[in-house]
Amino acid sequence: MLAYIVRRLGLMLVTLFGISIVVFFLLRIVPGNIVDILFDAAGFVDPADKANLERELGIDQPLVLQYLHWIGGLLRGDLGYSYVSEKPALEEILPRIPITARLAGLALLFSASIGIPLGVVSAVYQGSRIDYALRVVSLSGLSLPSFWLGLLILMASVALFGSIPIFNPNPSTFGEMFATYCLPALAVAFRSSALTMRITRSSMLEVLRQDYIRTARAKGASEASVNFHHALKNAILPVITVVGIEAAFLIGGLIVTETVFNIPGVARFLVEAIRWRDYPIVQNLVMFIAVVVVVANFVVDMLYAVFDPRIRYSD
Amino acid sequence: MRSGRVLAAAAWCTLAICGGAALADEPKQGGIFRIYHRDSPGSASIHEEATFSTNAPFMAVFNNLVIFKQDVAQNSMDSIVPDLADSWSWSADNKTLTFKLHQGVKWHDGKPFTSADVKCTFDMIMGKSPQKLRKNPRKSWYDQVVDVTTNGDFEASFNLKRPQPSLLALLASGYSPVYPCHVSPGEMRTHPIGTGPFKFVEFKANDSIKLTRNPDYWKKGLPYLDGIEFTIIPNRSTAILAFIAGGFDMTFPYEVTIPLLKDIKTQAPNAVCVVAPTNVSTNIIVNSSNPPFDNPDTRRALALALDRKAFISILFEGQADIGGTMLPAPDGLWAMPKEMLESIPGYGADVEANRAEARKLMEKAGFGPDKHLQLKVSTRNIPIYRDPAVILIDQLKSIYIDGELDVVDTAQWFPKVARKDYALGLNLTGNAVDDPDQSFYENYSCGSERNYTNYCNKDIEKLFDAQSVETNIAKRKKLVWEIDRKLQEDVARPIILHSRAGTCWQPYVKGITIMVNSSYNGYRYEDVWLDK
Repeated sequence: MLAYIVRRLGLMLVTLFGISIVVFFLLRIVPGNIVDILFDAAGFVDPADKANLERELGIDQPLVLQYLHWIGGLLRGDLGYSYVSEKPALEEILPRIPITARLAGLALLFSASIGIPLGVVSAVYQGSRIDYALRVVSLSGLSLPSFWLGLLILMASVALFGSIPIFNPNPSTFGEMFATYCLPALAVAFRSSALTMRITRSSMLEVLRQDYIRTARAKGASEASVNFHHALKNAILPVITVVGIEAAFLIGGLIVTETVFNIPGVARFLVEAIRWRDYPIVQNLVMFIAVVVVVANFVVDMLYAVFDPRIRYSD
Repeated sequence: MRSGRVLAAAAWCTLAICGGAALADEPKQGGIFRIYHRDSPGSASIHEEATFSTNAPFMAVFNNLVIFKQDVAQNSMDSIVPDLADSWSWSADNKTLTFKLHQGVKWHDGKPFTSADVKCTFDMIMGKSPQKLRKNPRKSWYDQVVDVTTNGDFEASFNLKRPQPSLLALLASGYSPVYPCHVSPGEMRTHPIGTGPFKFVEFKANDSIKLTRNPDYWKKGLPYLDGIEFTIIPNRSTAILAFIAGGFDMTFPYEVTIPLLKDIKTQAPNAVCVVAPTNVSTNIIVNSSNPPFDNPDTRRALALALDRKAFISILFEGQADIGGTMLPAPDGLWAMPKEMLESIPGYGADVEANRAEARKLMEKAGFGPDKHLQLKVSTRNIPIYRDPAVILIDQLKSIYIDGELDVVDTAQWFPKVARKDYALGLNLTGNAVDDPDQSFYENYSCGSERNYTNYCNKDIEKLFDAQSVETNIAKRKKLVWEIDRKLQEDVARPIILHSRAGTCWQPYVKGITIMVNSSYNGYRYEDVWLDK
């Protein structure tokens, strides 16, 4: 098991190194840079001013040098300066991480806590009215874009309560906390929980047909014990995979939700930084997201080993 | 006797009502003014930016030498009032403009304001200072200024190459604040220091901008507000919903489209909304260096094909204006008379007759029903650019032109235009000051950095100078009309329309005036108060 963990950690580092190269060079392939945008906003280009600014920002240097400068800084904990705000990139990124982390964590929690039980119920009552109803709900979850759902929530909020959950950095009451984080998280989690539910349902249906389930019932085990102890434990692996992938892709979903609910998190900030070609922000944020994705994958792999002894023993 | 009592009672009631009204109109101190902001400004330095996304939050941090009176909607020479300058005077030859400065003014960091700060600011803009602005979009405004000289700590003079009466209007714009000598341009981008009614607190990119009351403001008793908070909400639907729900006291200025205005009036009927011209024109940039638009006939055909009313009807539900380069009357001060405008090719009411003439010109240039001209219509990938471009393509079909929409990312738009990599482009041009000097020199002068099409007509250039030195307003107007007519006839940059947009605020917000001939100059907020 230890060798497995060490091997996975090694792979993580190689993956992150590869991602750093891809991110850095892909960004430079995209046409235009911060100087073009700044001068476009000002409405003209004075070539001398433009060259000065490119020199000041260091984007006139060879790409390899720029890359080494960035990676060297990253390893020392120096993320550079935002081209737009001229503040340290770390100072810009750090306050936004907890906001997005809370939102993503809540969305994942809602996704799993709603999707898994409903998936089990849908599988256990296969072909019943409740199964059909849940399948319709899950289909709608997969079909509704989260920005549309977010706007609906905002409009309903205005119509019903006469207020709108605009982001509050320091919610003092449960109501404010709920409006600030839970409503946006629910908008994101609706799609994610629908997917989790469908995977749980299909995985459960496969397991429920197995001989050992029949044996458990024959031994007199209760329905709850059969469904949740024997069946769900064996059906959970694909669900863990999906939840892991969802965790990784959540940032994508959050871009829209953070925009609609006007949450100053990492995802919206990343889009703005890309628009401005703010390389230090984009590079470091994408690396941060890459670390999250790689760690999420690592955790999923570890959970595989926890839930499936065959993986442990094969190593 | 009885009637006497009734009269007395009536008089008492009248006094009570009037007195009450007077009290109700008495400005109240306090409160945080909450506005949503449409986007995150590039920086906090007004001198380095060319969008009112920067002026709207940061103009309140500064003072100018002079300013357009903030409670008069139409900016004009008559509405210019003293700000940091107590008074101003022109020399007898109209080549020196001298300002007597207010004494006892302090910067927000406590240092005293003097004439050296005035000199520093304008030397920096003119490129004569060791301190350099990273971007300097309005350097050309001061092309006629030889230098700025000081006489003691409280007098500064602008010495000109030739008379330029409009200099005063340029200095009154929201784009002309005085910066402190002792703060670097870099610091001004991130933490501006001014002498204005509000002090800068923080600017979190993509999040918020906060200003707080300057308790030591040199205009006693002002400002009324404790502070101003801008929440940056790029998503228009969210922002409007938040305003309707009472989350904000005012929308971002000129940011409510005509259809959205209807939503606001339905859902928040008490909101006060004003629709005003933005002094931003939607226009066409034509690459006259290369075929097919190097041929004057093709350019003329293009101008004749436009159905401006259709643009206005589709995009603005009828609430926009047709005009030349200068903002149309009555809000614009320099617009040519209607009959003169309608005599320009393409501006006549009979669109079909115009297009029939355009088709003949196209046929003369070698195109026709069997040989259409294929071209790309380039524009920025932003709805306010893209939507009119689509309508333009549709209208061009009527004169044998098959256009294809070429949407260009903002980062690529100017480099593409600068290298003339386009045939036709759809562009927006904003004018910060409703004055011909600003518009003509900036957009049509030979060699100007913002003259995207490189239009250059030496005869018109002479007329630019003639109107610029003219001190008689009536004579200057006639020259301006003549120039504007020639620019349209030359198809220099065909103007499609001048847009209008809405601004709304809650009924308890007092002291707001929406400027009708510039969207850049009305954000000092020192007279705004909340009747709560």
